[in-house]
Amino acid sequence: MLPETATTHLKTDVLVVGAGGAGMYAALEAARAGADVILAERSLIGRGGATVMAQMTVAAALGEQTPDHWEHHLADTIAAGRDLCDERLAAILCEDGPRRIREMDAWKVGWAREDGHIRQVQAPGHDRPRCVYVDFLSTGPAVSRTLRTRLNDASGIRRIGDLLIVDIAVHDGAACGATALHISTGRIVTIAAKAVIIATGGLTRLYRRNSASSNMGGDGYALALRAGAELIDMEFVQFFPIGHLAPRLVGMDPIMWDPFRYKLGGKLLNSEMREFEESYASRDIRSDGRYVLTRDLATYAISKEVEAGRGSPAGGAYLSFQHVPPDEIRRAFGPVVDRLAANGIDLARQPVEVAPIAHYHMGGIRVGETLETRVAGLFACGEAIGGANGANRLSGNAITEAFVFGARAGHHAALHASKQSIVWSPDAVGPTMDLLRRATRRDTPNTAAVIASVQSVMSDKVGPFRTDGKLRSAIESLAAIGNELGSDPIASSPGGVDPVLVDWLDLRNMLLVAQAVALPALARTESRGAHQREDYPGLDDGWGIHQIVELAGAKLNIKALSRRVAA
Amino acid sequence: MRAVLAIQRGGPGQASRVDSFEVEFEPGQSVLDGLRLVRRDQDPSLAFRFSCINANACKECMMLIDGAVDYACTVRLKEGVTTLSPLPKKALLRDLVTEIAPPDERLDRATNNGAG
Ligand SMILES: Cc1cc2nc3c(=O)[nH]c(=O)nc-3n(C[C@H](O)[C@H](O)[C@H](O)COP(=O)(O)OP(=O)(O)OC[C@H]3O[C@@H](n4cnc5c(N)ncnc54)[C@H](O)[C@@H]3O)c2cc1C
Ligand code: FES
Repeated sequence: MLPETATTHLKTDVLVVGAGGAGMYAALEAARAGADVILAERSLIGRGGATVMAQMTVAAALGEQTPDHWEHHLADTIAAGRDLCDERLAAILCEDGPRRIREMDAWKVGWAREDGHIRQVQAPGHDRPRCVYVDFLSTGPAVSRTLRTRLNDASGIRRIGDLLIVDIAVHDGAACGATALHISTGRIVTIAAKAVIIATGGLTRLYRRNSASSNMGGDGYALALRAGAELIDMEFVQFFPIGHLAPRLVGMDPIMWDPFRYKLGGKLLNSEMREFEESYASRDIRSDGRYVLTRDLATYAISKEVEAGRGSPAGGAYLSFQHVPPDEIRRAFGPVVDRLAANGIDLARQPVEVAPIAHYHMGGIRVGETLETRVAGLFACGEAIGGANGANRLSGNAITEAFVFGARAGHHAALHASKQSIVWSPDAVGPTMDLLRRATRRDTPNTAAVIASVQSVMSDKVGPFRTDGKLRSAIESLAAIGNELGSDPIASSPGGVDPVLVDWLDLRNMLLVAQAVALPALARTESRGAHQREDYPGLDDGWGIHQIVELAGAKLNIKALSRRVAA
Repeated sequence: MRAVLAIQRGGPGQASRVDSFEVEFEPGQSVLDGLRLVRRDQDPSLAFRFSCINANACKECMMLIDGAVDYACTVRLKEGVTTLSPLPKKALLRDLVTEIAPPDERLDRATNNGAG
């Protein structure tokens, strides 16, 4: 489009980038602490990311269903994290979780109740019923609606949609705002801020089979790297074992099978219609013979069955409820049965096909207990940060994490801003403005096709099962794709809404972030949690360390960090 | 199977035109799947709005599909011609994209009554 040279300049105390659960909570909390806030979102406020799509449960030791204590939740989180959690962050997540869940309750999110108390259900990896939810498959929409309503009522928060943050502005080693592209008009927008919070969510759009929205290409990790912050644990991408594969199911969350499977005992079958989970369960030290596989082990089991030639036709496993009486299916699935029927699916008669899909990112921006990065005034929260969940995340921890770290980042960013005056230098946004103004019209390559090829490289070579050879080849392919793309943005036509320019800017981030996953994956010569090396099976105690990724010039550096060292 | 998507295109203040694209599809695939295939295989400059793809949660993909307001991610592709055009009562931004954000979540509002 060739962005208009006209620019708009805004000023605020705290700039929040991304309006999912973490970003909205951060904005509310920063405003509550007295800050003037801009909440910038590349899509619509509260609609662009994972939060609104989540349909399942949220974990917190409320003790409403059975007695519980946050330390039990912490023990489960750390065990699931395969000895790699940043225990300070994990403890904050578990200790603050109940307070935020109750706050959301007071804000009328509508957590399901029974007998006068909030209902908590058991989810895999938890030692007791701990997970709250909103019926019917409505957790994420209810959470988003509740936070949006709070934002409407709050003062001091300006919400701006269709605003794609392209780079964080840094002056004298401190964050001082950002440069953005206003997608609908093509205007360049600069924002001066005393503190900036990255709340951009995860990176699962890097993979072909994913549960991601189109805004989840990992922007925040790239923003952080280019601003001088560090990333941690980037090799740990969580694959959700039973993502929907076939037949095509539209209008529903691809990971919706989980609660029904646990409620109704859905069976995972291979092409021989044989159950196979048990034979893998015995390997899980935590399973003590129970029929429970954590996500990393279930992903492993299905992938191994497919590899052994026992996969379903579309390349996954069958999930069958055929042994369950139809009226029980109706009772458990309620209106969902009709939505499935509209998709031509009758669970009493046919199994569906499921397969591991990229679902969540454990790794992310490295922060300390105040959620600040090593760049002064630059904070991060939600799925965008790394550390709390180690090598594997417990189900239900991600939304809790978005609330808890969002609120905490908002609070500390406001505090930081209150001690600061605006520092603004045109130099801090100069390089990004130049980049955007260099956008030129070119017909090749097709940017949408390039995104598909990045997704193929990542799925085929940096998926849940990795080898030295595959990872090296991925790193090479990614570099070649980067060369093909060039260093000047591609645009398609003047005016607003240029999907080609947006793709190009997305690819600039995706390629950097893909490398930031592949490089530490290559270095980690062991298998742990979500990172499985076929050439290095098994956990190696010597690898109980974090890897840190930073950008030096145009090059990514990897550093090893002993687990106990604080940020 | 083959579907033809006849799409109304153009920006505000321009005379609109209709571009037709043929896409191959499997039964069950959505109109949004078809639009994404068009971008990947034929014309990446085609503009339409969507975020969530499968979940029908973001509510961004609303457009006129064969004359009726609907979500591109829930309507199935069919054999033959499907006509697509932008929402008629919203300001056109480009092709199938219209201004759907609530007024107080827009840039102009933030610029006009900003505190700083
Ligand atoms: C389908 C699905 C189901 C899930 N179910 C559960 C569940 O049941 N329980 C659970 O605990 N977890 C679940 N998760 C994980 C959980 O939903 C997420 O980890 C969590 O919601 C992340 O919140 P967030 O605010 O950090 O990010 P998000 O909600 O993803 O929000 C990030 C926002 O940032 C915006 N953004 C990104 N880049 C930019 C940029 N450059 N400029 C401006 N804005 C930008 C995005 O558009 C998006 O709106 C699920 C995830 C998915 C995908
Ligand atoms: S793409 Fe999100 S509702 Fe259609």
